[in-house]
Amino acid sequence: MSRNIWALLSSDFSHGSTSIFAPAGTPAHSIFSLSLLVLGITTAIFLIVAGLLLFAVIRYRHRASDANASQEPPQIYGSTQIELSWTVIPVLIVVLLFLATTRIILSTQNAPKPAAALDVTIVGHQYWWEFSYPKLGIVTANELHIPVSDPKHPTPTYLTMTSADTDHSFWVPRLAGKMDLIPNQINTMWLDPQTPGLYLGQCAQYCGIQHAKMLLRVYADSPADFAAWVARQQKPANNDATLDQQAVAGRAVFQHSVCISCHTVAGTVATGRFGPDLTHLASRDTIASGSLPNTPANLRAFIDNPAAFKPGALMPAMHLNQHDLDAVTAYLSTLK
Amino acid sequence: MATHTSAPAPSTTYTPPRRLVLDVLHDWVTTVDHKKLGLMYIGYALIFLVIAGFQALLMRVQLSIPNNTFVSPQTFNSLFTMHGTTMVFFVGMPILFGFGNYLVPLMIGARDMAFPRLNAFSFWISAFGGFLLYFSYFGASGLYGAGNAPDVGWFAYAPLTARVFSPGHSTDYWTLAILLSGIGSIGTALNIVATTLCMRCPGMKLSRMPLLVWLYLVTSSLVFVTISPLTAAQIMLMLDRYAGSHFFDTQAGGSAVLWMHFFWIFGHPEVYILVLPAFAFANEIIPVFSRKAIFGYPAMVAASVGIGFISLSVWAHHMFTVGLGPGANTFFVLATMVISVPTGIKLFNWLATLWGGKIHFTASMMFAIGFLFQFLIAGLTGIMLSVAPFDWQLGSSYFVVAHFHYVLVGAILFMIFSAFYYWYPKMSGRMLSERLGKWHFWIFLIGFHLTFDFMHVPGLLGMPRRIYTYEADRGWMIWNMIVSSGAVFQAAGTLLFVYNMVWSYFKGPIAGPDPWDAWTLEWSTPSPPPEYNFAVIPTVDSRRPLWDIKHPDDPDSRYE
Amino acid sequence: MNEAAVIPQTTPWVLPSRGVVGMACLIIAESAIFTIFVVAYLYYLGKDITGPTPRQVLDLPIFTSICLLSSSLSVHLAVSALHNAKRGLCSLWLAVTVLLGSIFLGGTAHEWYKLIVHDGLTLQTNLFGTTFYSLVGLHATHVLVGLIMLSLALIFSLNGSMTSKHTGRLEVLSLYWHFVDAVWVVVFTVVYVLGR
Repeated sequence: MSRNIWALLSSDFSHGSTSIFAPAGTPAHSIFSLSLLVLGITTAIFLIVAGLLLFAVIRYRHRASDANASQEPPQIYGSTQIELSWTVIPVLIVVLLFLATTRIILSTQNAPKPAAALDVTIVGHQYWWEFSYPKLGIVTANELHIPVSDPKHPTPTYLTMTSADTDHSFWVPRLAGKMDLIPNQINTMWLDPQTPGLYLGQCAQYCGIQHAKMLLRVYADSPADFAAWVARQQKPANNDATLDQQAVAGRAVFQHSVCISCHTVAGTVATGRFGPDLTHLASRDTIASGSLPNTPANLRAFIDNPAAFKPGALMPAMHLNQHDLDAVTAYLSTLK
Repeated sequence: MATHTSAPAPSTTYTPPRRLVLDVLHDWVTTVDHKKLGLMYIGYALIFLVIAGFQALLMRVQLSIPNNTFVSPQTFNSLFTMHGTTMVFFVGMPILFGFGNYLVPLMIGARDMAFPRLNAFSFWISAFGGFLLYFSYFGASGLYGAGNAPDVGWFAYAPLTARVFSPGHSTDYWTLAILLSGIGSIGTALNIVATTLCMRCPGMKLSRMPLLVWLYLVTSSLVFVTISPLTAAQIMLMLDRYAGSHFFDTQAGGSAVLWMHFFWIFGHPEVYILVLPAFAFANEIIPVFSRKAIFGYPAMVAASVGIGFISLSVWAHHMFTVGLGPGANTFFVLATMVISVPTGIKLFNWLATLWGGKIHFTASMMFAIGFLFQFLIAGLTGIMLSVAPFDWQLGSSYFVVAHFHYVLVGAILFMIFSAFYYWYPKMSGRMLSERLGKWHFWIFLIGFHLTFDFMHVPGLLGMPRRIYTYEADRGWMIWNMIVSSGAVFQAAGTLLFVYNMVWSYFKGPIAGPDPWDAWTLEWSTPSPPPEYNFAVIPTVDSRRPLWDIKHPDDPDSRYE
Repeated sequence: MNEAAVIPQTTPWVLPSRGVVGMACLIIAESAIFTIFVVAYLYYLGKDITGPTPRQVLDLPIFTSICLLSSSLSVHLAVSALHNAKRGLCSLWLAVTVLLGSIFLGGTAHEWYKLIVHDGLTLQTNLFGTTFYSLVGLHATHVLVGLIMLSLALIFSLNGSMTSKHTGRLEVLSLYWHFVDAVWVVVFTVVYVLGR
């Protein structure tokens, strides 16, 4: 706990907002509007009922100085009219709320899918996200790039989701409500961010020890940026013969160790599916599912001992010697 | 109004010799008396309240600042699992069954429960369940070696609980402990139903039973169809883990969602099982300290029965994000909203009971008034969550944690405190200190609101539940710090309460049979009642037999 | 101290029997457990990935079902006999009940032997195996418990400890037995009729 607490406090209200009251996409916007109606109704009910309670508690308190303090007050056993009215009014409120809610459920869950929609498949793993774009031939992890959607010509992203192990949940509050990833079941949802930017989220269903560090980063790119990102991701892994010596050595270490049984680097012998795809690892801002910035120092330390940052992560410590560790880090840093 | 007698003059009656400690212990261990069993349930629950409260304190320290390392991830995950499991099964259920055990026979003019030995068996098997759960700290093994308490969350979703994801025995301790506690709960519920239906004193038709007895009847009936689904699901889980079956084995075509359905078919009515006794206490305490009969007795009965029935149809509002489809989601939205109608009726009836009364602000009543305001808020956040799209954002977030703690602590625990201040004189023969009681109330109230009002905010800002730490850039820190600060006040208030109970047992003023000038049958016995309860089984003529005696010119029987 | 107003009672104050109410509660709780197992069975019908299906391996257990359902009649006759203080007849009908129940259990054991050894169906084989054995097994366990209790009653009837003043208790036991039979009707319909 050696950080500067005041510095942390001041950063609370600056960047990194995951507030449900700052919607940036249609699903989040519809929920936001509905929530205003609901908050309005419940606040009104609260003010009326709590007001009456407060009044009763003050007005009808027993005062020893009263004239008839020792007598019991009139015993009222009930009143059919009053009881009927406070049954009927809540029923009407329920009907109103129910209809408003149904409208939003249908508009979100039954939204027709435009032809220009992008398809992304998400598979949840303990404790990372696998994203693949079937029609684009891209497989990546933890950082989801999707195009910004212009309301006049919508280009939403449709997510098809399942899990490879336990239950997870995809929650990026500024873009939409959450949807669970359940093994042996397919769930779907859609996103249409309307402003470019980075949207944060994280797994919202307890999935095991490192549930807390299964973070989400959704990059809403402008059409040009998105096209450029796709083009880079579609290229095979950087297998250049002109890589520097250390990177070449690192590639050899990588391809001769057990790394390849868990990870994929497209176009090489590494074809493992248990861990995240590393083909374009160096193009990502973070490692360890968004919980560490992607710098050579962090990468090196993580490979050496993942449990030091993320105890319980399923990647074992690789026990490489210092020389090999530096080499592998250098190699992975070339995988742009 | 209070009619406690002063300490009796030295008498010439026979004082029995002091009993041996071993004899006293033997008496308590082998007792089948509903009053002693009730007190054992309550004492047992208070011990676990302190333990589970301590677990909460540890969690709040860990979450005060981002990226904290006060406890490890494994420890934190065990803490929230044990905190939830303990509070529901080894604090909530025992304390409420304890009060029910003590009060129901007295209130209906009976000498004991219908099945006294079953009563004792139910207590001891539940107690063993609690012991088993905590033995896991020593005996269990998990992913990380020996001494692992369960860490799968109190609702233990599949397939996280499968052998492959939760090796070792920590999950099994969870399953078995709750299974045993469930058997005890069914036994006690059976006893309450049989006692209520078969042992009422002459003249006490069902329509003349105290509302507390009605609510315990509804609660116990709910237990039969609520605990059993959990028992069945746990048998299935054990078969999956040890016999190789595939109930929740997603690799073999099994369904993770099926566990959720079974668990929540238990889990939702379970929270009504916890809250209906709190309503029961309110129905007795609020009228007495308002000096008025409860407003709308028939509607209160109907609303309680209605809540019991409807509560069986709302379970999948815990599963709005699971992908059930718009049809199912819509149905559960409606059912959940509908249950707010009878619940609201009860709240309005309490308001109408206060209205026109002469309210006495004893410690008991202050907690009851706190309950009224807080239950109103808890119900309203519940309505918010019933709006499925809103739940798509707020489900599994700290908003939900705040909502259910508002009900569990703000409504149920407050009413339990109220019940303690009200019935402690009957159970022990002494009054609790009103002065300490008021300190307890205010300190606890401040702590409660600091913690649980502000806890809604991180949920609205996107903080999910069950995370052992969080990123510094989310803006959650200040709210977590405020939430954590409230925990200290609640701990202080609770310790003050425990001190009050111990001190008052030895030094409190003698209570006499009827310190509150109340109207139900338990106040016609000495405090504490003799083992046989009533020398002569009473005959009653109205809902408030003691009111009739005290007001022979204006008895209730004239108006019913 | 205890001066509740005493109103002369014009109608006698009669409340239900504790034993019957208690057994009714137990039956409700047990029904809820069985319902969950039945729901699991129905939910997984047709969802097997591998292995034998119900149609391939299940035969209608007509004979054993008739035995079990007749035992409800025989236990009812035992209760009647006890009520009329006919101890010998009561012992006879209790023995018949135990016999019929045992035939049912024996038949179940035989069926399971065939399924495990000849058809290769176990709890672990597939979803059908899991849900079939657990549901039918849960029922068989309840039959076994009932048979133990009925045998005890038979012993008490034979040695003279159980007389007509214990009719209420035997009736409560018979309610449990009727429940077990009613559950079998449901299990039979769901597993052997609907499921095949």
